[in-house]
Amino acid sequence: MAVAAPPLPARAATPQGRWNLAARGLGLLVGVAVILLVALLSIRVGSIGVSNRDVWNALFHYDTSNYEQVVIRELRVPRTVIALGVGGALAAAGAIMQAVTRNPLAGPSILGVSSGASFAIVTAIYFLGLTSASQYVWFAFVGALIAAALVFMVGSAGRGGATPVKLALAGVVVSALLGAWTNALILLDEDTLDQARFWFAGSVTGRDLGTFWTVAPFLLGGMLISLFIGHQMNVLSMGDDTARALGMNITRTRLVSSALVVTMTGAAVAVAGPIAFVGLATPHLVRAVIGPDYRWVLPYAIITGAVLLTVADILGRVIMSPGEIQVGIVTAFLGAPFLIYLARKKAVA
Amino acid sequence: MATTQLPLRPGPNARPINKPGHVTIRTRFFSVRLNTRVLGMSLVAGIAMVLLAVWAMTLGSLHIPFADVVGATFGRGDEDARFVVRELRFPRVLSAILIGAALAMSGAIFQGIVRNALVSPDIIGINAGATLVATFWIVTGLSWSLMPLAAFFGALLTAAAIYALTWKRGIAPERMILVGIGMQAALAAGTTYITVRFPVEVVRPAVAWTMGSIYGSTWSDVGVLALFLVLAAPVGIALMWPLRALQLGDDVSRGLGLPLEGVRLSLLVVGCALAAAAVAIAGPIGFVALMVPHVARILGGPASGSTMVLTGFLGATFLLLADTVAQHFLPVSLPVGVITAAVGAPYFLFLLYKSNVRV
Repeated sequence: MAVAAPPLPARAATPQGRWNLAARGLGLLVGVAVILLVALLSIRVGSIGVSNRDVWNALFHYDTSNYEQVVIRELRVPRTVIALGVGGALAAAGAIMQAVTRNPLAGPSILGVSSGASFAIVTAIYFLGLTSASQYVWFAFVGALIAAALVFMVGSAGRGGATPVKLALAGVVVSALLGAWTNALILLDEDTLDQARFWFAGSVTGRDLGTFWTVAPFLLGGMLISLFIGHQMNVLSMGDDTARALGMNITRTRLVSSALVVTMTGAAVAVAGPIAFVGLATPHLVRAVIGPDYRWVLPYAIITGAVLLTVADILGRVIMSPGEIQVGIVTAFLGAPFLIYLARKKAVA
Repeated sequence: MATTQLPLRPGPNARPINKPGHVTIRTRFFSVRLNTRVLGMSLVAGIAMVLLAVWAMTLGSLHIPFADVVGATFGRGDEDARFVVRELRFPRVLSAILIGAALAMSGAIFQGIVRNALVSPDIIGINAGATLVATFWIVTGLSWSLMPLAAFFGALLTAAAIYALTWKRGIAPERMILVGIGMQAALAAGTTYITVRFPVEVVRPAVAWTMGSIYGSTWSDVGVLALFLVLAAPVGIALMWPLRALQLGDDVSRGLGLPLEGVRLSLLVVGCALAAAAVAIAGPIGFVALMVPHVARILGGPASGSTMVLTGFLGATFLLLADTVAQHFLPVSLPVGVITAAVGAPYFLFLLYKSNVRV
């Protein structure tokens, strides 16, 4: 203590800093373990009781004549896989969107993705009479992409290109417009309302694995890429001037990362419906715990989002068993108090 | 008093500091600078609003000529026209005007407090609270006549809860956004839960309510709205001056001697009162509160009392236009909330596309 220590280098290579690095790395491993645990739990729990042996057999020695094993393979495994993939992708998309727009209110739906998908689905139900989630998928995905492209065209026109505020405003306006058309179609036809209200609530049940695989490349590829763009997001979130001074091509980065967001969100919404809260809140929760460095925020957000959505799905099955509450409703009820608690505890923004 | 007193107002020889396009009014007690250009725009919007209102009252299954509408409004002309205009069309037109103005001004206030362009009264849960209560009220078949009152209390209760949950030695706007998002997500989830739990035929009227509509407005609705607007709007306009200081950031406004929390609370109360009254009577009409303040800023410049007046008139004109379209120019009857977005969004996109203004 008595000896004056030499000044430390600016990039803190202190024991404290190293410990943080180690702890964060270890945390990722723990996170993966938690994902596996939650996945097993999701396969095990439900209104139809299954034993551990059934789970083991269904996964490794599948017997199609065994009722419990069929339930596991045809119902529980798909919904678990979908919940994990959708949750992770939405959270990653939300984190990227908040970095790109530098707005804590920005969620993945800000680019008009959810409303584009909703509109496409309601249109498809109204005019073509579709009835199942596997039929919706492509409509939803294409609708999401078109809406996002429109938002980009409007948001990047005029002086200054795609500034965050212009982009966000364009997103809100396009969402409002599509939302209005969606509502009009719903009101015109009771059958459409009856079909669509369940999709609007956001759910991962009643979809087979085939539905998931149609969009899986977009979900998984998007998550994989977002693991490597943390550095760019860090620079972008410092503000346009700083980012430009550091030599970043802002327009290109913004375009590429937004395209990533649109692909992931579009795919997620196409499978599971507009699940609002995960993409918006998960990045806030993650930043509150591990700090603002996007190189860590993104992987943690993917893990947290996946776990959050799967746990919410399990709870939705348990609370009103044998009935179910849609996962979108459960995530909101779960996440809201937590977000408020975090907002009060420290500056989350 | 022996102390030297600072000159609080300029002496007789002081030249008024006048910006071009502005008029400064100085009295014994206060001085304000009015933006004549923006007030002129407000006047134009006001005239457009009146003309639109009269024209809207000529339309309908019983066509009444322009001149007769004006006469009937003042109690002249034949009995049929008088009844249709005074009991049916006039209240609806007035409701549209008052609701539009209230929503737009409330939106401007909230965007100012939170300093975030994406904010509308929804952020403090006004809409979500009112919608949850109203949806529950409608699907459980409780009395329609008491529903606006219930929705009003739902809105206020939510706003109070968000204020209480945000309070921590003061109100930080960022914290309020997050608490608002959380609260809103929970309440919206409650509404969704109700809509998937109940049979579709009782859910449909509730869903229709959540889109916002003003058919069947009565004089008592107009009375309630007018009361709120008369009480809240002048306060809102007066609060625009401290709001400008508030927008410079907490530290600066504290340095200017602004009673920060007092100003913020008054703004919140005014904004809430305006939005809650509108939502209770018409349901959560989307888009007006979010977009009209932006249009007013693009046309009239940053927040000021004059811009606030313009915001009110633009909101009123816009909602009246949307309601006229919804009522008369569509093959099927749709709630006005559907039309506000359908009419407003293209215009706003055009504005965003064309304008070189920083929004």
